[in-house]
Amino acid sequence: MSTRTRLLVFAAGALGLGAALILAMLRIPDFGNDFHPYRDATVAEALHRHSPNVVSSINFDQRGFDTLGEEAILVAAVVGAATLLRRTSQPRPPRPAIASSSRPPLLAATRLAGYILLPVTLLIGADVVVHGHLTPGGGFQGGVVLATGLHLLYVAGDYRALRRVRPLVWYETGEAVGMGAVLALGAAGLAAGTGFLSNFLPKGTSGHLFSAGTVALFSCAVGIAVGSGIVVLLAQFLDEYLGADEGAR
Amino acid sequence: MSVFPYLVAAWVLLMGLFGVVRSRHLVHTVVCVSVTQSSTYVLLLAVGYQKKATAPIFGQADPPGSPVVDPVVQAMALTDIVVSATVSALLLALVIQVAKRHGTVVPDELHALRG
Repeated sequence: MSTRTRLLVFAAGALGLGAALILAMLRIPDFGNDFHPYRDATVAEALHRHSPNVVSSINFDQRGFDTLGEEAILVAAVVGAATLLRRTSQPRPPRPAIASSSRPPLLAATRLAGYILLPVTLLIGADVVVHGHLTPGGGFQGGVVLATGLHLLYVAGDYRALRRVRPLVWYETGEAVGMGAVLALGAAGLAAGTGFLSNFLPKGTSGHLFSAGTVALFSCAVGIAVGSGIVVLLAQFLDEYLGADEGAR
Repeated sequence: MSVFPYLVAAWVLLMGLFGVVRSRHLVHTVVCVSVTQSSTYVLLLAVGYQKKATAPIFGQADPPGSPVVDPVVQAMALTDIVVSATVSALLLALVIQVAKRHGTVVPDELHALRG
């Protein structure tokens, strides 16, 4: 199909879709109105279960089954990317190693910032994961912070140090463990007689670390899975780009 | 003006699709798919917004009972972002494979499937 025909077909489709969207949008409730029945229902339920962060309560409790599916998508995507980028049996000609002298020197300030921010970022990531039921955050956000924080080592110019703290097997295991922990949590709900992924633990007092039942546990499991998944994912791309040898995994 | 945020979502959706259609580079295509998907964030958050309401997280500043925006659509947007990020990674991995096997990343130059 020529570019011109393709654009014409797109224009026809876009006009139709645009008209349908505008017609629909003129009839949904006004922006900023105060009629939100789902909000009222979920907020009441979250407060009843002592989880002040309503978004976490929805993700890790009220709609936990959805999150299970979403985590499965994440694991599937990581496995898919790792499969696509795996070393083929025919080894490529090794990329000519860039001599360290020919590389432009890394600014000392960048290096320092990387090393100083590394522990701070990891701490913040862990805090965001663990307090998902109380303050803004949760397993997904905290997991991403943890995984990217680790890669500050790469930004600080020390890829070898990154590889030392990143034996990929740990993170591949971590991903599976996170996913398995969610399933185990769901099965525990079944065993407790309240249903798959139900919040069967005592709810405690609002605002305490040990409250809101399974929300914090679910959040931690998701945090482990997401953090490990992203480390594995980035490792595939970094190895692809830097042409790292297989044996050093 | 009360439909303006919804129209922004429609605009982002159509522009993302337009980018996919006239793409000349597969990485550009992947980015356009992300743009298309991000229109759903705008739509979801716009649907859940309420004037003069705060984030759906209660604390000392916002005791339970204060007006908050709809947390359900926020949870959906969060789900959406995670899926979007991993799907982008998967698509980029596919692009790398396409570049290796076909030696090109221009969509128009990819004609036949090759094993």
